Order: sequence, then structure tokens, then C-alpha cells
Amino acid sequence: MALDGKTSDYKQIGTTPDRPDGLDKVTGRARYGADIHVPGMLHGVVVRSPHAHARIVKIDATKALALKGVKAVITRADFPEGLEGEDWDIQENCMAGEKALYDGHAVAAVAATSQLIARDAAKLVEVTYEVLPCVTNVDEAMKEGAPVIRDGAADYSVPEGLHPNVVRYFDTGRGDLDKGFAEADLVVEKSYSTEAVHQGYIEPHACMGQMGSDGRGEMWVCTQGHWFIRRMSAAVLGIETTKLRVTPSEIGGGFGGKTTVFMEPLSLALSKKAGGKPVKIVMSRSEVLRSTGPTASASMDIKMGMTKDGKITAAHGTFRMQGGAFPGAPVDVTTMLAFANYDIENVHHIGYDVITNRPRQAAYRAPGAPMAAFAVESTIDDMARELGIDPIEIRLRNAVKDGTRSTFGPKFGPVGLVESLEAAKAHANYSAPLGPNQGRGVASGYWMNWGGETSASVAISEDGSVTVSVGTPDIGGSRASMALMAAEAFGIAYEDVRVNISDTGALGVNEPTHGSRATYASGLATIKAAEECIGKLCQRAADKWGIDVDAVVWEDGAAKPSGPNAGDHDPLTIGEIAAEMGGTGGPISGHYEGSPTGFSGSFGTHVVDVEIDPETGHTTVLRYLVVQDAGKAIHPDYVEGQFQGGAAQGIGWALNEEYIYGEDGRLQNPIFLDYRIPVASDLPMIDTVIVEVPNPGHPYGVRGVGETGITPPLPALANAIRSATGLRMTGLPMTPPKILKALKEQGNG
Amino acid sequence: MSKIHVTTTVNGDEAEFLCEPRETLLDCLRDKLHMTGAKEGCGTGDCGACSVTVDGRLVCSCLMLGVEAEGKEITTIEGMAEGDTLHPLQRKFIEHAALQCGVCTPGILVASKALLEKNPDPSEEELRYWLAGNLCRCTGYDKIIRAVMDAAAEMRGEAA
Amino acid sequence: MVEINLWSGLRRFADGKDRVEVEGKTVGEILDDLVRIHPGLGPVIKAGVAVSVDGEILPNARHAAVTEDSEVFLLQRLRGG
Ligand code: FES
Ligand code: FES
Repeated sequence: MALDGKTSDYKQIGTTPDRPDGLDKVTGRARYGADIHVPGMLHGVVVRSPHAHARIVKIDATKALALKGVKAVITRADFPEGLEGEDWDIQENCMAGEKALYDGHAVAAVAATSQLIARDAAKLVEVTYEVLPCVTNVDEAMKEGAPVIRDGAADYSVPEGLHPNVVRYFDTGRGDLDKGFAEADLVVEKSYSTEAVHQGYIEPHACMGQMGSDGRGEMWVCTQGHWFIRRMSAAVLGIETTKLRVTPSEIGGGFGGKTTVFMEPLSLALSKKAGGKPVKIVMSRSEVLRSTGPTASASMDIKMGMTKDGKITAAHGTFRMQGGAFPGAPVDVTTMLAFANYDIENVHHIGYDVITNRPRQAAYRAPGAPMAAFAVESTIDDMARELGIDPIEIRLRNAVKDGTRSTFGPKFGPVGLVESLEAAKAHANYSAPLGPNQGRGVASGYWMNWGGETSASVAISEDGSVTVSVGTPDIGGSRASMALMAAEAFGIAYEDVRVNISDTGALGVNEPTHGSRATYASGLATIKAAEECIGKLCQRAADKWGIDVDAVVWEDGAAKPSGPNAGDHDPLTIGEIAAEMGGTGGPISGHYEGSPTGFSGSFGTHVVDVEIDPETGHTTVLRYLVVQDAGKAIHPDYVEGQFQGGAAQGIGWALNEEYIYGEDGRLQNPIFLDYRIPVASDLPMIDTVIVEVPNPGHPYGVRGVGETGITPPLPALANAIRSATGLRMTGLPMTPPKILKALKEQGNG
Repeated sequence: MSKIHVTTTVNGDEAEFLCEPRETLLDCLRDKLHMTGAKEGCGTGDCGACSVTVDGRLVCSCLMLGVEAEGKEITTIEGMAEGDTLHPLQRKFIEHAALQCGVCTPGILVASKALLEKNPDPSEEELRYWLAGNLCRCTGYDKIIRAVMDAAAEMRGEAA
Repeated sequence: MVEINLWSGLRRFADGKDRVEVEGKTVGEILDDLVRIHPGLGPVIKAGVAVSVDGEILPNARHAAVTEDSEVFLLQRLRGG
């Protein structure tokens, strides 16, 4: 299949210029969510439940309202009734109705003239609770007798006889498992678990909402997707979507956690109640950890069969996941992708989405994939060991490639798993000598990527420079990638392109920067919109020369006559055409609107070396290698950055991070001191290899790269620990106390 | 509640504000002086996004009270470049793509500058431990470490 | 006739079948026909599914064309981070 853009000979693609927003971001000038200040602004603070599960008997705001400077208090009574489905879930999560469903669930909110007054007033809101029994563990929540969190929350998919906390059920697969296991020389069965972890973006959620009594409003917010914020806020408040205009701030990290609303609709409701004054709400870190979306936790059983030469004959996985008090744990993705790296004829997945008294989960980088990878890639590692096959070799023997039927149905197109495995094998890290107590782990991972609704515009300025407007917030350098793609398409200098992230009023609907879609989808949109501009530029040149537009080509930023009948004309540069455009037909711009579907997934392979301290059980990461398929790296520095960042988050998930709940259902570690994410001294340099197997569905061959990288670290670390110690750790995180305990048991046994 | 009048110096300029005794220096910088370069990532001294120097000493401004700034010399990210000329650290951060979302960047730049003033030639390990109080969730630190080492080399007059 | 491949959990809504022959020239039309033949699948389609046509995954594209020999799979609705 041919790419419809260029395939080689790039002038801009693959270079690493300074990002356009770099200066603002190193000088402190860039304005993030909490950095806004507008005249007459009030400050909002949310009152949150200290109980994991409690009936709200009464809310008395008299004392709070009596405090000088307090302008409004809202509760659920200030929101419309009668919402259904996911809209109801979102509303209920933003503000509890009859019951508080988790520690940190919003029950009221206050607006006042200063942050301090608002905080004081929040403490004066008197809430009477009737505390109910709670459950926070997924396996416990499915057991007979577990407290029912919400009756009737289950959908059509749940078979009879399961606990009402099971709200969705999945059953996917194909082939004949019995036959597959009968063909196996080795069958291994094991159970695994992973804890919930938080996206851990350093910028807490922040917004400023303003809404008048006419229901018209504006919002400034740090988000991955302001059209999502607009739609969800409008639904929660029962207003028409277009009454709201949402402007994204710079965003201090999201990783999926900023694709939904938490307190954003509250700022609008407070504003309306306070006579239309703007209300700013900034979450504290503990609010972020207690109340916004962590990922799901999982409990999993894996059974796999292999021939003695390492060919997988059958695979079965059962995945139980809790995503908090609402349906939505990403079991759907888990049951699609758990075995997706491999060519397996007989494969089956069972999944349970379970509700518990925890915050509503939100997407987190490759949602649903890392947990399954931990279980599956650990099992394969054990089997490779038992069969005496090299871990990269065993993966190569089963790896999917162009034309392989996927475990979820359709056939793969060109994908880079084999290439990533071979590059990992060839890398110096794979043959570096290991010392005592050291071990090496390998694992592969996959993310299918995403297209999604996309709208973008490109406009030519009077001097021939170019403005690109996209609707996907720039979280990790995407402005630079868009500018490179526009510069490449036009054949102009990178510096002559300016990329704006537009508000909801300026473009059609855009899905968020999520699913690894920004560089793929907004990039494709930018190229297509640029091509529309180029067509118009060529037309202007053809008109001027009095020739047919078919006899004009666009090269290196200029229209040129081409072909036998074109005649002899000097090229017209983009600047020359633009200078005259007002008099030759008016402004020139191009647009793209669509939901591109030519996204193609990205495979990666990680190799990690660790050393285990036998005295403390502490794991030191000695070397780390990420190899991943980028299709075509537009700005290789930021591609590497995605690889390294994903790996670091995965290392945190594997070794340190976890949500710890007490018996009372309260979160025990809601600050960064106790919820410990990797710091600089925890990590080595993270080596990277960018593999490029072009994606035929993008003009330049781009694949999204953001998510795959968080998937392999979980099993790669577990496999390295196994290689160093002989211990198979089946539960995350693999903290020093857990490893030490296992080492002791190993010594005794 | 009666407020306290504080006179201090920020990036070489005299600054005054009124604050309540319980307000942090970070809140005063951001909300009263509208210097929003320092960020609040945690408010508990764990993330370093709010790093500033006070009389040359690196501090988390979320852990210091506004009233304690009286008579002190404070420098923030806003004072790092001299006019149009970026500090080598700032330049190297852009060059090495050492920021993704950039919200940790002001704190990491301020902290790195404080280190290089004490130790112009830190080892990678020294740098990693010095920056252990500055959380970055996006980058995995690799490019940050490279950028600081490269800036340090340049500042020592060594070709990188 | 176009053949739609169902995921295994849908069999109980489709008289035990994992493949269903339907009529239609677009994704929308074949999904509508599928629900006409097996009304039990109505809630599934309403809750949202993705469809793959000849290996290309279409998260939400009722307008996309399908032909008699297209290979069509129903997939879980997808989301990203
Ligand atoms: S905000 Fe001060 S250390 Fe995090
Ligand atoms: S660049 Fe985002 S936290 Fe460091």
C-alpha cells in the first residue's frame, strides 16, 4: 500500500527544531489552569465526603452562608434531575445525590471572595451522614454478601446470578480451547493482581467557570479535550452545548485523567448562583488523589498452552477489574488486547467490570492494557524459562505481523512487533554482562491507537506565513509536530508556521488529545487542510499565468508551471501569492473535518536490568531500553520523550505506586509523600530505539506513540526480578517489603 | 482577620503585599504579586514545582509563609533570564526537549540553577539526588538530566 | 449478503451464532439489519460498538461502505488515554 504523502526525502519531518512554546514554558510565562485571574473572580472549594459509603441525611449550609464573603453554596439540589446513562454517572460523580459513594466524593461546594474564606466556609457546611458498610477490593465486591453499591447498575451483558456490583460482563474469543490445550506440551496457570494507580500529572485540575442566569457560559480549564468538557458540563447542567464556550489553558499533564469532568460543572453552577461572577476552582493534591480518576485495579487468572518449541496453542484469561463506584473499568479493552501481541488460534477472554467504593476511574495511558500485559507477559516469561527458550526468541516465534489474524478478530496490516523485538535483541543492553543479584527482563506491549473526531484549519497570512488551528491541546510538544507537518506539506520554513490550540468556538468538534491520536489525527488534518490551501494557491498562480491549474505544480513553497503546455513563467512563492490574495479572490485557507480511521497500532519491546538488594528487597533499575514502532517519527525528540515518560510511569506502577485503602474505605496515602511516583534518583537514563514501519493510513506514515510505552514495564520488571532472584512476583506493586518477604520464604522453603 | 504588610524583594525589585499569617509564600507570589511561574503541584513540599530561592537558598515556597518573606531576597523563574537572554539552563531545556507539559519546568530550572551555583560540575548521580525533590511525570527525567549536564558544561566553558 | 462476525459473548443474543448474514451497503445498514434479525442485540449496538471492515477499525462510522466480500467484525467500543 502506498502512502499518499511522501515516503522519503523529507526536508522537515524527522528534524528536531525547538518547540514553538518552549520560550513561554522555560520562563514561567505559559499560563496553566490555575494561572488565570479575572476581575471580580470568586474562589470555589468543594466539600467532600470523609466516608467511603454513606447516606446523605441532611446538608445544612446556614453557618457557611453566614460567613462574610461567601456568595454561594450548591448541592445536588442545584442540578437538573432525570439524566440517564453515562450523563447521570458523570453528574452523580461531580456531586453526590442520595449517597456518598467513596472517600472524597463531592457533596457540596462553596464560592467566596477569597480562597481562604471559601475554605473556611467549606468546613462550616454541616453534612449529616448515615455511614454504610463499604467495599474497595474487586474480589471482595463480587462475593455474596458484599455491600451493594447501587442496585440496577448492571447492563444487558451481565448474566444472571452475579452480584449486583458486577455491572458489565465480557466474553470474547475464538477457536477451540480444548483442542488448543490438548496440543500443548506445557500448560501454565497463574493468578495475578495489580493495584489502582493515579495518572499523577503534576498540575492539579483547575478551571474558571462563568455562567449567567441566561445559561450562557465560558470556561477556562486545563484539559486534554475541551469539547468533551463542554459536552459533559452542558449535560450535567442541562443546558445546550453551544451555550458554553471552553478555552483550554496550557496543560500540566493528563495521561488520560483530564478527558472528563470533575469540578468543572460545579464552577459554572456556583457562578450562576453567585450572580454570574466567575468562579475559579483549583484542586489540592489530596483532592486529585482522592476524587479524580485513578486507573482500575485488577485481579486476573491466566492459562496458556505451548508446544515444546514455544508456539502458543491456546490462551485463556479471566479479568476482574474495579473502576470505582461507576461502570467503566476498561475491561472492554483488556479483553480485546490481552493476547494481542501473538498469533493464537484458540483464545478466550472473560471480563468483569465491578463497582466498589472508590473514585470513578478515568483513562490512564493505554487504559486496560498494562494490567493484562503484566499477567500475560509474566506467564510467557515463565514458560520460556521452563522450555529453555530465549525470551525474545519465544516472542518472535509467536509475534503478529502483516496479515496475521488478531486475537480480537480482524487481520493486522503492517505492524512493527517483529522489528521491535529484533532491534531489542541487537541492542548492546541485551548482551550487557550481569552481576550477582542482577537480572534482565523482557516484555512487549501494544496499543491500537485512535483516530476520532477531528477538525482543523490552516490559513495563509498576507506575508505567506501559515497559521494552523487545531483542537487538540499540546501536552508534550505536539505544536512542534503540527508545525513540522505543515512546513513539510507547504515546503516552507518551520519558523513560518504558527500553531494555535483553538477554543470550542473556533472549530468543529474535536476529541481530546487521547488514545495517542494528536500527532496522527490532528497531524493528518493539518496536512489535508494544507493540501487544500495548496490547491487554492496553485489556482491563483494558474489564473495569473492564464493557464490551466493542471499545469501547475507545488514545490518548495512555490507554484511552478509544469508540462508541455504550461508556458514559461517564473515560480510564484507562497509569499508572492499571499501578498496579492486580497485582490485575486480573497483569503486562502483550508479545512479538514473527519474521523480518520487509518490509525494503526504501535508495538514496543522493553528490556530492563535490575539489581535486588537481598538485605532490603529494594529494586534498583540499572538499565532500561525502550524499542517502539513510531511509523514515522515527526519530531524524534518528542517521540523519545513519550517512550521515556511511558516507561517511567510503568516503572512506578510496577515498583512503588498503589492506592492504599483502610478497612474504613478511606484512602491512606493521598499526598505525594506517600503516593510515591518515581523521582530522578530512582531511574537510570532510558535508552530508546525508534523503529519505523510506516502506517499506510497516514500521509507521512505516522503511528500514535503515546500509550504503548506504559504497557511493557510492568511485566518487564517482574521478569527481571524473577531473573535476578528466581521469584515470580504476581502482585503489583513489587515493593521492597513484598520482595523481602518472598526472599525470606524462598530461603526457608 | 487582620492582614500583615510584607515588604520584600522579588527578582531584584521591591515588592509589597498584604497577607494573612496563614498564607504561604507561594500563594502570595501567585495571587498577590501575580507571578504565576512557580506552580503548586502538591502544597506539601513533595513536588518542587513551587521552588524559589530565598536569600540564595532553595526552598519550596508552599512550605514557607508569606510573612516570612519580610526583608528577604526572593528569586523566581521569572527572574532567571536576563532581559531577552535566556539562562543557559533555559536554552538547553528547549534544545534537549527536556520538557513535555512543562509544568514542572520552572521548579526544576530554579533548583538546577541553585545546584550549579554550589557545584558547577555535578556528577549525574549528584544531580539526580539534588533533583529528587522535583517531580516530573512526563519525561522520565532522562532529557532533563542531559540538559542540566550540558548547561553545566557550557557554563564551565567546556564544549559540550 | 454481508457476513458479520460477532464476539463470543454475543452468541447468547443471536441464537447461538457467531456469524450472521445481513443485508446492507454501509456499516449503519448492516448493523440495523443485524438488530432486525436478532433484536436481542439491540442494547449492544445501542451501547456502542466498533466495527472492523477488512482490517480497518471504525470506531464510529455508520456511513462507511461495506461490500459483499468485506470481512466485518464487531468489536468492543474503544477508548484511549
Ligand atoms: S507545591 Fe511546593 S513542593 Fe509541591
Ligand atoms: S514535563 Fe510534565 S511534569 Fe515534567
